[in-house]
Amino acid sequence: MDLSNPFLIFHCSFYILHSLRSGIFAAMQPLSLLTSKAFGLTVGRLCYQLIEDHGDMSGVALIGLQPRGVFLARRLRKELQRIIGKENLYYGELDITFHRDDFRHRSTPAAPRTTDLEFSLDERKVVIVDDVLYTGRTIRAGLDAMLAFGRPASVQLLVLVDRRFSRELPIQPDYVGKWVDSIDGQRVNVEWQESDGKDQVLLLNDR
Amino acid sequence: MKKSSTKIENAEASDQLSTQHLLGIKDLSAADIELIFRTADGFKEVLGRPIKKVPSLRDITIANLFFESSTRTRVSFELAEKRLSADVVNFSSSGSSVSKGETLVDTVNNILAMKVDMVVMRHPDPGAAMFLSRHINASIVNAGDGTHEHPTQALLDAYSIREKLGKVRGKKVLIVGDILHSRVALSNIFCLQKLGAEVMLCGPATLIPKHITNLGVKVEHDLDKALIWCDVANMLRIQMERQKGDGISNFPSLREYAMLYGLDLERYKRLGKEIVIMHPGPINRGVEISSEVADHANSIILDQVSNGVAVRMAVLYLLAARIPRLPV
Repeated sequence: MDLSNPFLIFHCSFYILHSLRSGIFAAMQPLSLLTSKAFGLTVGRLCYQLIEDHGDMSGVALIGLQPRGVFLARRLRKELQRIIGKENLYYGELDITFHRDDFRHRSTPAAPRTTDLEFSLDERKVVIVDDVLYTGRTIRAGLDAMLAFGRPASVQLLVLVDRRFSRELPIQPDYVGKWVDSIDGQRVNVEWQESDGKDQVLLLNDR
Repeated sequence: MKKSSTKIENAEASDQLSTQHLLGIKDLSAADIELIFRTADGFKEVLGRPIKKVPSLRDITIANLFFESSTRTRVSFELAEKRLSADVVNFSSSGSSVSKGETLVDTVNNILAMKVDMVVMRHPDPGAAMFLSRHINASIVNAGDGTHEHPTQALLDAYSIREKLGKVRGKKVLIVGDILHSRVALSNIFCLQKLGAEVMLCGPATLIPKHITNLGVKVEHDLDKALIWCDVANMLRIQMERQKGDGISNFPSLREYAMLYGLDLERYKRLGKEIVIMHPGPINRGVEISSEVADHANSIILDQVSNGVAVRMAVLYLLAARIPRLPV
């Protein structure tokens, strides 16, 4: 590379900054990926996408994964009920603790949460809901846990944030709120009004 | 951010058992017991699913060694192990090399040589589980050692009380019957006290150990007075097989025992208050408890049995989590 060309240097640094704007240059400060207002719009859009594909959602079961996916699933259910004007949507919450593939790989076992799934999934169109898709291992465990409740006609995946890099399994989402390109040392935190006081998505640097 | 990292540290502190064997309730902390209960809640839900099986322990092999007869505990452990996807081998002393004079350590070491990770053992000698844990490189679960402890029974009893009454703390629990020969009684006393319940023992003086009040329990010899005091009554079985000599030696007759210390419907109605009835099984109907009371709406005897599987799954799961993984 000819470093004497100032235009090229400018061009390169712009490119690096642009592609890693959510990366190492943003260290220290948590970076806001979705603010409250955009958050609401995104959840609304996900609802309309679901309606576009599934109409009045009859025959569809929305399943939130514990612990953090249930906040999104509850929000979606509430919004869908409002938009469609129908109270009884099939809705469940699923704990995947005992289906994880890292039991005895971690220093402590994960603590189980509650599962609340009162209907059979046989022949239903299931939409699995989680907050962040990263390695894909949680979703793999979720698929495994889900099969104890029947044989669904189809399964789709909806996530608020898709961290596109570092997928460890061949799992891709069908509905995505926001795509985020981030590196290993970073963490994407989805915060909820109900549990954290504010709706927002933050990018944090762990080290 | 600081807040969330302390949260994780706290979670780690209480997400792991403090012990790698379950030899007795005496070794557990209240936090351990609460952890077992929280985990059991998860397994209880799993047991209500159409497919009642999870893959957690699929790389673990468990040997069930029963040197003493058992129905409930044995079936319950085996079911718990299978629901967790563990590989299971069963062994009972009758028809084995034990009758040819093999020692306990030799028997178990031979089984361990076949790559077993955990051992669930019932043995007629007090301290057998402790002895084994010192000589064997595997995680030991005591399923009853003589008249010493029966920790999983006490855990499922306390878990059932928690389920029925919402909590254990502050509840008054009465244990009636053959305290002298009962490992269930001793484990229950430790477990209930650690969880903040009050314990009273009731039975003929000959069946109550002399210095048992040193454990901080009340003793009452009049069943009617004791029943008025309690919220929960745990009616223990008279252990014929542990009485000295042939037959009964600690009291005159079964009929007299049934009259003085048996809970029948008439006595229950006379109380004028609702109490929860428990029994660790097997029941001698008409001796320590009458059929009407055993099958009464306030009896949680069968809930104890169903909860037993969930609680044992929790114990095995949490102990397995502490077994180091072999390098691949």
